[in-house]
Amino acid sequence: MDTFTFTQPATVDQAVQAAAKSATAQQGAQVRFIAGGTTLVDLMKLNVERPREIVDINILPLDRVELNAEGGLIIGALARNSDVAHHPTVLRDYPVLSQALLSGASPQLRNMATTGGNLLQRTRCVYFRDTAHACNKREPGTGCSAIGGHNRMLAILGTSKDCIATNPSDQNVALTALEATIQIQGPQAKRSVPIHDFYLVPGSTPNRENVLEPGEIITSVTLPSPIAGANFTYLKLRDRAAYEFALASAAIVMKVSGGKIQHIRVALGGVGTKPWRSLEAEKALEGHSPDRATFVRAAEAALRNAKPASENAFKVELSRRCIVRALTMSTKSA
Amino acid sequence: MLFSEFLDFIQADKAGPNGHIQASTAEPTAVIGASLSRVDGPLKTTGSARYASDYNFPGMVYAVPVGATIASGKISNIDTSVAEKMPGVLTILHHSNFDHVYRNASGGRNSEQRPPFEDDTVYYWGQYVALAIAETFAQAQAAAAAVKIAYTPEEFSVATDLSDPMPAIGAPGGPRILSHRGDPEAVFASAPIKIDYTYTTPAETHNPMEMHATVAIFDGKKFTLYESSQGVMNHLNVMSQVLGVPKENVEVISRFIGSGFGGKLFPWPHSALAAVAARRLNRPVKLTLSRKMMFANVGHRPRTQQRMRLGATPDGKLLSLSQDYRNHTSINDDIRENCGEATPFLYSTANLQVSSALVRRNVGTPTPMRGPGAVPGLFALESAMDELAIKLQKDPVQLRLSLDTLTDEEKNKPFSSRHLKECLEVGSKKFGWEKRTPAVGSMRKGDLILGWGVAAASWSAGRGISEASVSLNVDGSARVSSGSQDPGTGTYTVIAQIVSDKTGIPVTRIQSVLGSSSLPPGPTSGGSTATATIIPAVAEAAVNAIKVVLTTAGSAKGSPFLGKQPADLAMSSGRVHLKNQTPDSGVPFQEILKLANLGSANGEGKTGGYGSDTDGKNFSSHSFGAQFVEVEWDPGICHLRVSRVVSVVDAGRIINTKTARNQMAGAVVMGIGMGLLESTTYDPRNGHPINDNFADYIVPTSADHPEIDITFLDIPDPMIGEYGARGIGEIGLAGMAPAITAAVYHATGVRVRDLPVRVEDLITSTVAI
Repeated sequence: MDTFTFTQPATVDQAVQAAAKSATAQQGAQVRFIAGGTTLVDLMKLNVERPREIVDINILPLDRVELNAEGGLIIGALARNSDVAHHPTVLRDYPVLSQALLSGASPQLRNMATTGGNLLQRTRCVYFRDTAHACNKREPGTGCSAIGGHNRMLAILGTSKDCIATNPSDQNVALTALEATIQIQGPQAKRSVPIHDFYLVPGSTPNRENVLEPGEIITSVTLPSPIAGANFTYLKLRDRAAYEFALASAAIVMKVSGGKIQHIRVALGGVGTKPWRSLEAEKALEGHSPDRATFVRAAEAALRNAKPASENAFKVELSRRCIVRALTMSTKSA
Repeated sequence: MLFSEFLDFIQADKAGPNGHIQASTAEPTAVIGASLSRVDGPLKTTGSARYASDYNFPGMVYAVPVGATIASGKISNIDTSVAEKMPGVLTILHHSNFDHVYRNASGGRNSEQRPPFEDDTVYYWGQYVALAIAETFAQAQAAAAAVKIAYTPEEFSVATDLSDPMPAIGAPGGPRILSHRGDPEAVFASAPIKIDYTYTTPAETHNPMEMHATVAIFDGKKFTLYESSQGVMNHLNVMSQVLGVPKENVEVISRFIGSGFGGKLFPWPHSALAAVAARRLNRPVKLTLSRKMMFANVGHRPRTQQRMRLGATPDGKLLSLSQDYRNHTSINDDIRENCGEATPFLYSTANLQVSSALVRRNVGTPTPMRGPGAVPGLFALESAMDELAIKLQKDPVQLRLSLDTLTDEEKNKPFSSRHLKECLEVGSKKFGWEKRTPAVGSMRKGDLILGWGVAAASWSAGRGISEASVSLNVDGSARVSSGSQDPGTGTYTVIAQIVSDKTGIPVTRIQSVLGSSSLPPGPTSGGSTATATIIPAVAEAAVNAIKVVLTTAGSAKGSPFLGKQPADLAMSSGRVHLKNQTPDSGVPFQEILKLANLGSANGEGKTGGYGSDTDGKNFSSHSFGAQFVEVEWDPGICHLRVSRVVSVVDAGRIINTKTARNQMAGAVVMGIGMGLLESTTYDPRNGHPINDNFADYIVPTSADHPEIDITFLDIPDPMIGEYGARGIGEIGLAGMAPAITAAVYHATGVRVRDLPVRVEDLITSTVAI
């Protein structure tokens, strides 16, 4: 780990100003915000993140969870994962988010990790995390060691010839199915970005993972008002029963009316380079009857463009089964 | 190293002392076999037990090794110019500026024969190539990261396929024949029923919770090394040779160990690095390995590839059994994994061969890992037995029972105590095996498919030499000590129980002292031999201390027993009394000591090797077990979990039911790791053990724990020593992996012959609800 300066601004504006000095808000950032630190400190110890300045935002008033005027829910960026997971409104109206959060990490980590930090969680690709190996995400232009390497855990959707790293988050899969909006404050202005547009696929710039620019800070996440009568499912498949990243996961928001699927959102985890919303699956489901044949068609549609690497071909079939089961579970009220 | 070689090693002084006393044949008191919490438990739960890296000293500095980033080649340049100028950095050591350190030739076993920094050659990824030393840990880490090393890489291999060309079995340079009887080749060729499959097990990393660490102090003459060691005496013997100093100038201290699983049996190069750094700087040096280094630098269970051939008659007679196996080893060290340990005697057959070959890979040196050899060996043997049972359409428990034997057909000796049959029978009953329907996928539990599997288990029983000291103190307490150590399994508690049994002093008043090479030499904690080895010495020391008390009782002025011979007296319940009377008729032993103004009555004891005080040489001694496993299989989402385990163990007498049960439950969970999760993966492009962290090398969590039912047969082995306790470190893991894969087959129809079982394997199952 390198030495760094540590500041603790008293306001969001000050935090933004401090971070605006950084040339990038992406990999290689000279200034980093620290909240729970569960990703950042880990990567600093590995010399993967080498910020010169750490801006501690933990004392900023961004930890509230409250209803907005439209009946949606505002989750402050500093709300801890465990608090969100057990929040009564989340449990009642957005249970898929609670399920996703509780399926991730460990109680200790969830007590530290924040909503905003989880949105920016970095990949667990072993080559990204080890500076002895080439990695386009860590050091652009050096090459991708994962392609042709140890890539069992890595992505099959949204990959490029330069990067196949998986987005490891559970929370973000649920937020994608819930169509969350991310509130951002920057040096010049505030903006709202739908989560679907927040993340970038790697393409030829895997070091750029999202739309954040220097100085921009996530202040909150907004969930739209709840959908009455919808069923929610987060299903996570993994090698061991706890404290383990997904091989494949699926977040489903489904409302059936008159025997037809009226509202459907399908998001996938463990298989995409970003939290993966499957518009293809949704298209195959909406307006159809919620039966197994429909679900299988939807799962196949979701994975039609999957490109497995040398070790993870099984994920195509596993993700297919995950989607079918999660959809099946979503036909039954909790 | 074969287990038999390990036994030879721990029993090196074979002409050594026999027990001075004849082993007692009397039934022990209730403290033997009691379910007692660890005597060191409160220290651990309050955080006051100090492990190696918990030691801090004034002026202490920190050392962080730099690992090679190639798997083979030469170091062409080491640039320390940046690192040396960094804040707090004291020095950067490497092969060009290191003190001379030596190989060891005798009196102790090292793990890597090549001492650190011996030359400029790299043999495996992660090999230490430099050492940064600084005032703080963070400064040393930063400096280590700033050392720039240039290499001239050479060809290497970490290939997982071990089918390298080599001469025929038994030919010069070819595989060694470890056991042979009859004509297995010819008999197999003409056998009506044949099983011929190859089973592979991956490299596994020990991953004890506590990292390896050394805190080294040099006082101008003597080294004091705080270590996490399963063998303080061996560590002393090796390090005195490596450092080139007399034994009296080294002391090794290892009071508490956050487990070892075999990985801490023999010294690793970091110990010499820390010791030399302490001498060079004349300051205490702390060197703690990172989890990442735990995967490269301190051993692993080597990869095995085992061809099993079983010839049988249609009615289930085992005509022949051949196990031809290979394991990988490092470039510099010949570590032979004894996969055929149990094969020659587990089942009755007239024709048998076990052969073994080493295949060199550019990996760190392998080292024993819980049940070395036997555990991967039994995966192959017991998997093949399951496949044979299926082919014969016989129940796998019945097939094993029908092939049971009470004679070791390799050594042509009876077993000292073999109860495999009872293990299988008791286990069947507890598990409910008679309800099993053999067809694949035929058993259901709600929406899940159940799979039931079984495997037999075995582990060698051994006993080395040991010394121990017991003091019975004038304050009514006792102290027992030996230069052994407690790897977390309960040795502190067990030795207190022995003293309590002999003296009647309650365990709570007995201080157990272990973990220093300055104590009377005690056993290495390895091979499940420590309990069997240390008990006779402790028992004898206690008896000798009691003799002092009784002699004093007959001679001390004012003693109620004045004039009595020691033979007329006894000590029980902590009281001295006439032999033919009850303890309450006598007086507390400390009253006798007071009368004679003795601070303590002291006794020394020695254990001779196996058979030195029994007829053991005429018997074959092993522990046995049976593992029954249930898996739940949800084919719709390819989800499998081990839901129930019944483990029945025949390990002789159990000294402490609680710590023993704890070891067995831990072994079951470790078995789930071996069966379903664990594999150290070397990147074939560079030799890096690429999953070198706890997120990518996964072990079971609490949520993976099944319902575990453990039964000890608790039948004393009359040949192992006084109490008949054989030791239990490894037996609980033996047989777990093949029982899991048998259950997996029963549920899914997928036979996994290459551990671990993965989703990739299971997804090919055609069994559906």
